[in-house]
Parts: sequence; structure tokens; C-alpha cells
Amino acid sequence: MIPQIQNLVVEEKKWMDEEEALDCIALGQSLPGVIAVNLATYVGYRQRGISGAVRATVGIILPAFLSIIIALLLLGYIGDNAYVEGAFIGIKAAVCGLIAVTAVRLLKQMVGGSKPKMIFSIIMAAGSLAAVGVFGVTAVLVIIIGILLGIIFHIFVTSKEVTR
Amino acid sequence: MIVLYNLVKIFFCVGLFAFGGGTAMLPLIYQGASVFGMNRADFSDMVALSQITPGPIAVNAATYIGLQYAGITGAIIATLAVCLPCFLIMLIVIRLIDKFKGSRIVEGAFVGIRPVTIGLILTAAIFVAGGVLVKGPVVSVQLADIDYYNWIPLGICGGSVVMMSLLKVKPIYVMLIMAAAGAVIYGAIL
Repeated sequence: MIPQIQNLVVEEKKWMDEEEALDCIALGQSLPGVIAVNLATYVGYRQRGISGAVRATVGIILPAFLSIIIALLLLGYIGDNAYVEGAFIGIKAAVCGLIAVTAVRLLKQMVGGSKPKMIFSIIMAAGSLAAVGVFGVTAVLVIIIGILLGIIFHIFVTSKEVTR
Repeated sequence: MIVLYNLVKIFFCVGLFAFGGGTAMLPLIYQGASVFGMNRADFSDMVALSQITPGPIAVNAATYIGLQYAGITGAIIATLAVCLPCFLIMLIVIRLIDKFKGSRIVEGAFVGIRPVTIGLILTAAIFVAGGVLVKGPVVSVQLADIDYYNWIPLGICGGSVVMMSLLKVKPIYVMLIMAAAGAVIYGAIL
């Protein structure tokens, strides 16, 4: 989805140059929430202020909204069906594969950099997996703790390395 | 009314606290939707449908859960609730962007957020895999038992990993191919 937005904004509409688009994507990915909504808000605001931001956001959520409504109505109409259930099993199994591939790609990005940071990252990733996935700790709490530990680690460990 | 209130509360929190995109949001959505009695089977159906429909997963999920538990009003309210925080945050950040650059607090926050996001993405995999790749929860002593595994979905999962990582097939095509494979295997053969 992100490459499509990038292509539309830079190549087709020429609303931004490549560099501003990359900045916008980096910002959209680092802020909380729906990345596509973040990008739409940014692009819309830059073009037409608040009303542009609203219109771009509505534009990006409407197809997602309508497709789910239509899909659920169709599924309700079809009812229990071995083919549909089989298709869902196929998709769910593939989704597990997709998530695993995504996680490995992110892990590869994390490895590298300084050794203390790498160890910190691995502990944080494993810790949050165990906390939420195994022990059922509230995910919001884990995110907040992660932010606080990240700030403490960054100020006391990473910054020292730079000055050394 | 209480359902609508809960929808707003859950999805506003998801929009406000979830970093790293759709998949990392799924554990928050799962924990929130358990208030409505959504179990793992319903949840993984929702994830599957969100993957093959267009648009952001979080919006798909909000519409799905809103519609299931509070009809069309619920769908609209949940969708707006998930989008509102990031819409407002983005509008504020656009104006203040220069002040945030180079801040050690902000940098440090992301040092913490990035690995937590990976942990949450793996958690989402555990939630979806339970009942699909294995017959119950993933974290279980029964993993030692060979009958606990669902071998056909495991094969489909392995096949999709090969298609995405080695053959570089786009995820949406992998989903559609595996949907067709599942329909044929479970509908026509078994």
C-alpha cells in the first residue's frame, strides 16, 4: 500500500518530490495508528489544509470499510459452506506465514548496530512476546513500558557510546 | 449503548497506542474485543478477511468488529474511533515537526518501540496460529504430541513462506492462491 501511495504522490500527481515523500513515509510509520491514515492526513494537509486532510483520510478508509461490510453480508448470505471454510483455513495458514516473514525481516533490521543496543532489542522483543502472547499482559501497558525503558536505555547507554 | 462506548474506547486506544502498522495492532484488538466475547476462532476469521480485503487492516478490523457486535452504527463508530487519534496526532506533528527532530527523548522512545513492535507481531502470529496450525493454543504442553498439529494448514503455511521469501510473490497473491488451495482441499477433496 505504501509504495502505491508513494507512486501516486510523486510520479502521477507530482505533489511532492521523492525526498519529501520519503520523509512523509518515515513520519507516517513512526507515529502511532493506521499508517495509511497518517500518510493520507499528511498529504491531504499539505495540499488543501484541514479539508484536504479530511477528504484524503475518508478516501483511504472508505474502500476498506465498504469491502468488509460487503464481505460480511455475502458470507452471511452464503452461510456454512465447506469451500468457504476451506478458503478461510487456507488464508489463515498463509497469514501465519506472512507474519513470520514480516517478523524475520524486522529482526534482520534490528541485528547490526551496536552490541548493547542489539542485546537490549532482543530482550525487549522476547519480553513483550512473552508478556502479551503467553501471560496475557495488556499490550498498551507493554508499549508504554517499552517507551520508558527505551528512553532510559538511550540516555544512559547509547548516548555514552557516541561521546566515547 | 454500552457496546458503542466500548467500541470507541477500544479502537481509540488502538489508534493511539499501536505503533508499527496493522499486524502489530492485532494483539491490542484481540485483547479489546474479548470484552464482546470474541474468541480466537472469530478473531482469526477477522484477521483472514482483513488480509484479503483492500485497505488498512486496522480499518478492516474496526469495521468487522463494529458490524458484528453493534450493526452498521457500530461499524461507523469503530472505524472513526480508530482513525481519529492518528489523524489528530498527524495534524499536530506536521506543525511541530522541527521541534521533535534530534530530541533524545523521542529517539529513545523509538529505541524501545521498535523491538516491542516485533514482539507484538510475533504475538499476533501466536494468536492466529492457535486453532489453525495446531488444534488448541500455541503455548501448550501438547506441542510434544504429534496429533496436536494440523498438518495441511502447516503445509500451506510453509508453502506461503517459500512463495513470499524465496519466490518474492506479493502477499495478496499468496493469500488468494492459498484461499483457493484451502477451498479445493477442504471443499472438494476432504
